Amino acid sequence: MNEATLRAAPLADDSAWGGVSWALARDLKLALRSRAELGVQLLFYVIVVTLFPLGIGPDPATLRALGPGVLWVAALLASLLALPRLFAADFADGALEQIALSPYPLPALVSGKILAHWLATGAPLVALSPLLALQFGLEGGEIGVLVTGLLLGTPTLSLLGAIGAALTLGVRGSGALLALLILPLYVPILIFGAGAVESLRAGLVPGAQLSILAAALLAAIVGAPLACAASVHIALD
Amino acid sequence: MSSSTVNWFRYSSPASFFPLAGKLVPWFAAAAALLTVPGLWLGLVVAPPDAQQGEAYRIIFIHVPAAWMSMFIYLVMAFWSALALMFNTRLSAMMVQALAPTGALFTFIALVSGSLWGRPAWGTYWAWDARMTSELILLFLYFGYLALHAAIADSRRADRASAVLVLVGVVNVPIIYFSVKWWNTLHQGATVSMTAAPKMAAVMLTAMLIMTLAAWFYAVAVTLLRVQAIILEREGRAAWAGNLAGATR
Amino acid sequence: MLVAEDLAAQRGNALLFEGVQFSLRPGAAMFVSGPNGSGKTTLLRIAAGLTRALRGRLVWDGSAVDPFASILRAVTLFIGHATALKDELTAEENLASLVSLHGAPAEAESLSAALSEWSLARQRRLPARALSQGQRRRVALARLRLLARPLWILDEPLTALDAAGVAALREVVGEHLASGGMAVIATHQEFAPVGGTSLSLRLQ
Repeated sequence: MNEATLRAAPLADDSAWGGVSWALARDLKLALRSRAELGVQLLFYVIVVTLFPLGIGPDPATLRALGPGVLWVAALLASLLALPRLFAADFADGALEQIALSPYPLPALVSGKILAHWLATGAPLVALSPLLALQFGLEGGEIGVLVTGLLLGTPTLSLLGAIGAALTLGVRGSGALLALLILPLYVPILIFGAGAVESLRAGLVPGAQLSILAAALLAAIVGAPLACAASVHIALD
Repeated sequence: MSSSTVNWFRYSSPASFFPLAGKLVPWFAAAAALLTVPGLWLGLVVAPPDAQQGEAYRIIFIHVPAAWMSMFIYLVMAFWSALALMFNTRLSAMMVQALAPTGALFTFIALVSGSLWGRPAWGTYWAWDARMTSELILLFLYFGYLALHAAIADSRRADRASAVLVLVGVVNVPIIYFSVKWWNTLHQGATVSMTAAPKMAAVMLTAMLIMTLAAWFYAVAVTLLRVQAIILEREGRAAWAGNLAGATR
Repeated sequence: MLVAEDLAAQRGNALLFEGVQFSLRPGAAMFVSGPNGSGKTTLLRIAAGLTRALRGRLVWDGSAVDPFASILRAVTLFIGHATALKDELTAEENLASLVSLHGAPAEAESLSAALSEWSLARQRRLPARALSQGQRRRVALARLRLLARPLWILDEPLTALDAAGVAALREVVGEHLASGGMAVIATHQEFAPVGGTSLSLRLQ
């Protein structure tokens, strides 16, 4: 190779879609190879949900009233628990630096990672929630609204949480700190998600709440990767 | 154009801002003290007792200014955070760090005073109404900033990470407030709302505005003092700081 | 051409170095040496665009570049202390992943050839957790030939390498310089590549 050839090397692919698909493919492959760890996180969700009746009492009417709130709060906590795995391993073994230096735009790479993260941790949670909802005596329509809400809300939780995960990279005590930073931001998702089921119970159509959750998801898809990329840059500085 | 930009940025280095801050502190502190006296006098003595709540309502002269300041300070923090990230200036980030404890303090005062008001007004210390719940979440946002800044060892990274956090927070504050308000109406919460309480007699409104202004001057004075301490802490080894020992404040 | 003007850096609140400048032309390698803690890694990270310098600036081909500038990302290949290998992936998969991350196609034959060149033919299908430190370093270095980037920034690349590995690296770097590439290499050990001009920068 002479100098002319080196300079004329084909331009590296730097498209956003390329970045998303690289990150999605790699992180899903990694997730599949650490299935046990993901299983444990799903189990955490089940255990937390089970704790509430043990603490409150098995009265069906009480459980039915509390059910949506409990299932949502447990989903929030499970989401928090899973967040560190988004960036921590890459940060520790130097892969995050390579990702940040890649020609692919960092927001695209981050979006791919977050999508893979949700597919591995959030989607199973949503799939399991109808079973847990039955434990609280929720009925068909309510379960439908609950699951739809979780389906719209859990990706937003992953997107917002990713910002917190990036900000607290390598910081001591980051688990509790992450919770303090992120839970206030989760409040609207919780309110509208659980509120959608309440709305149904009050005889209304939960269309408004679910639309707001959808809007929040869209806003998060646009905004969170940018904030997250900025946070990754700061963490690597 | 160039001469006006020179003027602005002249004070943008910590070294040149330090003496300016020092000169301003006594003025703002005096103004705060001077305004508090008539403010409290108007609120506690002159203003008539409320038709429904009697004397207990007078705590709003502390509660409302504190609540307004708690929100205003967060906005100011967001402003300085945006500057810090856009222009990479150290002083902007130090201003955010200086404002946060005062903002948290006002939020705390608003919560405690609101709670104390709640007891005589409708029998419970905490009524889960929309404003108080949002104020509580604002307190968590302040604590989040303070905790994140304290947890990151490298001060430059701490500044920038916390600045991002404040900006993410400020975008979410209206969303959080709106959602909590909706949550409150859905569950038919406390029917008495804080703002509906007194029909403001002119004297009450004046007292509240004076107290708010006093709180604002206090906040400025304390923030300037604190930013001086932060500047010394961070840049203490620089040559200009050593020269301070000779000069008086 | 990479030019650094009056760079200063700090870690925490302590100044690491100041007034560092260099000019790196095609065909030249700059070796950065200095005692532990003198800021070699920080200087390399600034050159790679990972960290912002406290003062001074970095100029690539005449235009000043900020950290993470897209033009710097397109021309730089940075290999740091950490190998960026994932334990769960095999040597071959790791190499493929790192190569495609930088936008180059990852074909099986070229990956195989690269791994064989670094004496890793038999370890191709082993998960990275089963490799020794030296083998992991070789996998990380194997992408040098697969990505055509003018500027190489290597932080302590000789760590854990045996004599054969050092020789292989000398050859690869020599070829890179001969074809007009540039390199910034931080190293404790003596490392003379085959051909090309060498500069040396010593941090106190």
